[in-house]
Amino acid sequence: MGDEIARLVTLAFGASVVLITVLLIWNLWGTSAASRAKFGFGFLWGTNWDPNANDFGAFPFIYGTVMTSIMALVISVPLGVGAAIFLAEMAPPGLSSACTFLVELLAAVPSVIYGLLAIFTVVPLMREYIEPALKGAFGYLPQFQGPMLGIGYLTAAVVLSIMTIPYIIAISREALLEVPRDQREAALALGATRWETTFKVVVPYARLGILGSIFLGLARALGETMAITMVIGNDPTLHASWFAPGYTIAAVIANEFAEATGKIYTGALVELGLVLFLVTIIINALARLLVLATTRKGTAKVV
Amino acid sequence: MKTSIALVGLWLAATSIVSAQAINGAGATFPYPIYSKWFEEFRQKNPSIEINYQSKGSGAGIAQLTAGTVDFGASDMPMTDEQIAALKVKALHFPTVLGGVVPVYNLPGVKELKFSPEMLAGIFLHKILKWNDPVIAKANPGVKLPATDILVVHRADGSGTTFVFTDYLSKISPEWKAGPGSNSSIKWPTGVGQQGSEGVSGMVKQTPGAVSYVEFFYAFKENMEYGSVQNAAGVFLKATVESVTAAAAGAAKSMPADFRVSITNAPGKNAYPIASFTWLLIPTQIQDAPKRTALVSFLKWMLADGQKDCAALGYAPLPKEVVAQELKQIAQIH
Repeated sequence: MGDEIARLVTLAFGASVVLITVLLIWNLWGTSAASRAKFGFGFLWGTNWDPNANDFGAFPFIYGTVMTSIMALVISVPLGVGAAIFLAEMAPPGLSSACTFLVELLAAVPSVIYGLLAIFTVVPLMREYIEPALKGAFGYLPQFQGPMLGIGYLTAAVVLSIMTIPYIIAISREALLEVPRDQREAALALGATRWETTFKVVVPYARLGILGSIFLGLARALGETMAITMVIGNDPTLHASWFAPGYTIAAVIANEFAEATGKIYTGALVELGLVLFLVTIIINALARLLVLATTRKGTAKVV
Repeated sequence: MKTSIALVGLWLAATSIVSAQAINGAGATFPYPIYSKWFEEFRQKNPSIEINYQSKGSGAGIAQLTAGTVDFGASDMPMTDEQIAALKVKALHFPTVLGGVVPVYNLPGVKELKFSPEMLAGIFLHKILKWNDPVIAKANPGVKLPATDILVVHRADGSGTTFVFTDYLSKISPEWKAGPGSNSSIKWPTGVGQQGSEGVSGMVKQTPGAVSYVEFFYAFKENMEYGSVQNAAGVFLKATVESVTAAAAGAAKSMPADFRVSITNAPGKNAYPIASFTWLLIPTQIQDAPKRTALVSFLKWMLADGQKDCAALGYAPLPKEVVAQELKQIAQIH
């Protein structure tokens, strides 16, 4: 009897997750009807966003969202995983626990605080030092040309990387700590150096957890709103330059929804929400595939 | 026993607060500072009436009024014919105060910059790219202008301020009217967007060469420097409570019966050109009698005593003619 009740209660909880997802999609689908009817699939690659002409296209926002998130991961993955390896494998225990406490604290800081840090610290740094240095070194590439405002894709990516690093460190470190002692000892017994043990045994063993941390970081980056809208420049025009202002899906919804009038305009904003949902699903699916592919290769190889 | 009596007393006191007449409104952000002051002051005078106001934006205010989830709406732009047609209960526009929008800029070494209409349109259309452009020099004789790039900063969030500013640009520049047009969010030809007046002014302060626009009351409150603008009569004027009121006085003579009027680029030597009314949207039919009485008494108070709060907050009070016309309109609320 008790088992049966427990089964039903947990079933209800489990079903609520499915229900929320279905309701969410149903609601987004319904409210975006006017926009879907007018633009069709062209919405996805339309590049114009003009509330006065009632002409809306999602491409600049999709580009901005995916672009800043990927750039952020390029910065945060090596730093985050590297820091996690240090904390789990090499740091003295006292330092490791102190750092871990700080990292977990950072992961819990609200994003608007990161936005303030970004506006007052990152933006001037980018404008005065980093962007001129990049322009000097790579100025022949279109990505590093144009006026250096200190706000734009690159700054947004740097801020996102700062925000995702704590997640990557915290979860990767947990994964690394869960590698059984035997694995390390076996490798050391076979004559591997500490370095070889870490990179050929411990990290491959923990790679699922590390991948998980990266995708959690990516999820945060894709959906981040406040901190990004404060530094990206909020301009729905496509620019080749990484110094130029851009826009993301979450930011435009937050900025324009309150004042949006008319079924098509609000519909287009809601449809952007649907697109963000889709982007997240695609990326999650890719993550699953990646995990499957790496799992099939078998466990750690010890040479 | 004593404590339980005290608890019952507390509970009764609490319920009597709840049973006060609550009126809910939502909408415009532009007049929020003065609205929150008014509603608080009015509550102190009439403790039985509590007006809750959410400054979610004019679009949201109109949408909620249309859906019937609030008792009144508020908007920084007059409702369009299409929006009026969607209303189940006809609503009246009540102008409450006037606000101005001022250009702000960051040009080290340059003070008291003057903005001509050609200059504003050219800068925001991305036709004038450098601060030493001849059009800017012509409006500012004797000022040493740097050869730096102009960075346009605009509001990223939908805003009544953007509506007023772009409404002005549409009036002075046919090219602006045919291109970006006027709305609470538009497709900007150039520049970067920032959230809120704080975001916009923060960006301008940080970036030499930047130019933007903020509400007059915001510049007034923050003690910011702002430029003067050339009005329709050709006079360069700084926004002040007086010059914004003068813009409305011209409009008062030709005020349409439904108060849906734009007063940007108003005629008159003393009229500041980038100014606008902001409106309360009150349904003509309010079934609940106490609620109707409460709203009507608020409107009457707002049109008389409330107007005295304007100047201290950087808003301009309504001209007398408009107040008289609005008092007549109150009779249409049933």
